[in-house]
Amino acid sequence: MVTIYDGKPGLSRRELLKRGGIGALLVISGSAVISPENAWGLETSALKPETMATLIQMARDIYPHDQVPDKYYAIAVKGHDEQAGKDAAYKTMIEDGIADLDKKSGEGGYRGLGWEEQRVAVLQQIEATPFFQSIRGGLVVSLYNQQEVWPIFGYEGESYSKGGYIARGFDDIEWL
Amino acid sequence: MAASFDLKNDNVVVIIGSGAGGGTLGNELAQKGVDVVILEAGARHEYEDFINDEWGSFSQLAWTDKRTTSGDWRVSKDFPNLPAWIVKSVGGSTTHWAGASLRFQEHEFKTLSTYGKVEGANLLDWPVTLAEMEPYYAKAEAKMGVTGTNNWPRLPGNNNFKVLKAGADKLGYKECHTGNMAINSVERDDRNSCQQTGFCFQGCKWGAKWSTLYTEIPKGEATGHLEVRPNAMAIKINHDAAGKVTGVVYADKDGKLQEQKARVVAVAGNSIESPRLLLNSESAKFPHGLANSSGQVGKNYMRHTTGSVYAIFDRPVHMYRGTTMAGIIRDEARHDPSRGFVGGYEFETLSLGLPFMAAFLNPGGWGRSFTTALDHYDHMAGLWIVGEDMPRAENRITLHKDEKDAHGMPIADVHFDDHPNDTAMRNHAYKQATALYDAVGATRSFPTPPYPSTHNLGTNRMSEKAEDGVVNQHGQAHDIKNLFVSDGSQFTTGAAENPTLTIVSLAIRQAEYIASQMSAKTI
Repeated sequence: MVTIYDGKPGLSRRELLKRGGIGALLVISGSAVISPENAWGLETSALKPETMATLIQMARDIYPHDQVPDKYYAIAVKGHDEQAGKDAAYKTMIEDGIADLDKKSGEGGYRGLGWEEQRVAVLQQIEATPFFQSIRGGLVVSLYNQQEVWPIFGYEGESYSKGGYIARGFDDIEWL
Repeated sequence: MAASFDLKNDNVVVIIGSGAGGGTLGNELAQKGVDVVILEAGARHEYEDFINDEWGSFSQLAWTDKRTTSGDWRVSKDFPNLPAWIVKSVGGSTTHWAGASLRFQEHEFKTLSTYGKVEGANLLDWPVTLAEMEPYYAKAEAKMGVTGTNNWPRLPGNNNFKVLKAGADKLGYKECHTGNMAINSVERDDRNSCQQTGFCFQGCKWGAKWSTLYTEIPKGEATGHLEVRPNAMAIKINHDAAGKVTGVVYADKDGKLQEQKARVVAVAGNSIESPRLLLNSESAKFPHGLANSSGQVGKNYMRHTTGSVYAIFDRPVHMYRGTTMAGIIRDEARHDPSRGFVGGYEFETLSLGLPFMAAFLNPGGWGRSFTTALDHYDHMAGLWIVGEDMPRAENRITLHKDEKDAHGMPIADVHFDDHPNDTAMRNHAYKQATALYDAVGATRSFPTPPYPSTHNLGTNRMSEKAEDGVVNQHGQAHDIKNLFVSDGSQFTTGAAENPTLTIVSLAIRQAEYIASQMSAKTI
């Protein structure tokens, strides 16, 4: 099981590693990926936590939205840990895929590449692989189907319970 | 009170499918006192059960049984097992459709004589004319509450429509309005009027949009002559030694095979399932499948020439508010070969919610070019292109050689290649739509590829001569008198218009014919 420890200040996981210090993006601790800056952590059970941290970065590089916090990318990829726990071949595909990504990225690995363009160049090399397609194909649903991210994009979601938009701006455009 | 008929009752008309064709035919026959059993593969979800959530609703309503695809269409690459976005539920795709209800144009019933022979296309005139269809179009519009007919007002335009209209005016298009929609603009028929909720594709939770689920079907049931049997997946149509059909074998809700005896069988499972069922009903007498002496069953699969254009503006639009298909431009629907293609197309506004926009804007796309489009989702307007595509013998539904479904029935393979005419039309439409949005100040436009098909047509087509098609002008099989086709698969050609109004009109007309033939004891 993957657990997302969420956000009230001073919560679990040893106060989320005492909230980091240097503004590191994601910190690995035991079996968890932790975002000390933003007070959330994600515990893995099948995949290596380093693998999960790389998956989160990879998810952001595939669908980069600067206004969407890491937490939602973490939620979007956590299903791979669950799937890996049930399916050894799947686990191998993910671990091997990430190892390959790191190898192609040079000494510091994928997460060691400082610019998005550098990481995207590596992703483009593996774009046709089942590994990449599996991550991207899952992500396009698991990222954008989170109701919590919809307001960031200005999408209002369900409207029936509010009586539709007949009195809530269906024709409120003013700039034409 | 809904009827309940015995499996051995061989005096019933068995209809396969409860959508625009099957649901309408069932009610029309029941109103005339004919006993009807509708076998519906899906479950019965009433309109209060619908879900204002794209993926959630897709799970509830969509036909997701596996199909395979081949051909050069992009759907085959991006959605290899989802060629069509249609529904498996009581009401069929009338739960999902947007409501656009347009009559075909006169020449669209006569494409071969109007367009002439088009290389690589299998054009044919319908054995029906617009003049013959007009009284039935009028009945269908009255039944469905089509706005802009019968003095029912058109719907008010939403933000997405207002952008479309502003662009249409700038480009000089003359025929742009909020459409002829089978969505109540006023309360009528004991149903609500449109509340501009959006989510038309997810089933109208107000019941304002016409669907057989809460109009034809309960009205038919109230006569005591109609039974709708949900979770009943038709597998095979049986026949006797004389070649008349005698009953339908189906898998019931527990997966057990049953046979419902029948006096008449009408197939209305949409243009993938209907030919699949006929082909799967092969026998020693009909080795190539039922009604297939012409070899045309499954051929001439059409899906309309479609595509979308979305555009981003520097100020907000909120296109998702209100009716999904909120307006139309009809100027390009004419036949005018000077544009470089035969036939025409309509522009109709369309919007998708964020989850489906991500899935369909550029399937397989990733990186900043893709995501910066979504970043401005609330500044986006969009439209859909729907135009006439060319029937081609090689675009067809076949039974898969190896793969079978849960009931042991071969799954369907859908093969489709664009005809050069389709590509020329789509490119013309992309260019016009981009110019339209540019004229209103779009900062970026997205010519978006076709979605999995919603308008599936033509695979059991009508023809005057038996050798050219599967059914005659009444949807009656050329080969078998008491076998009918009642859905869009009987379309000879596709026309530029959304097909539902024509399917419903044909069903009303067919019901008159079936009832009269039954009275005359010819079937």
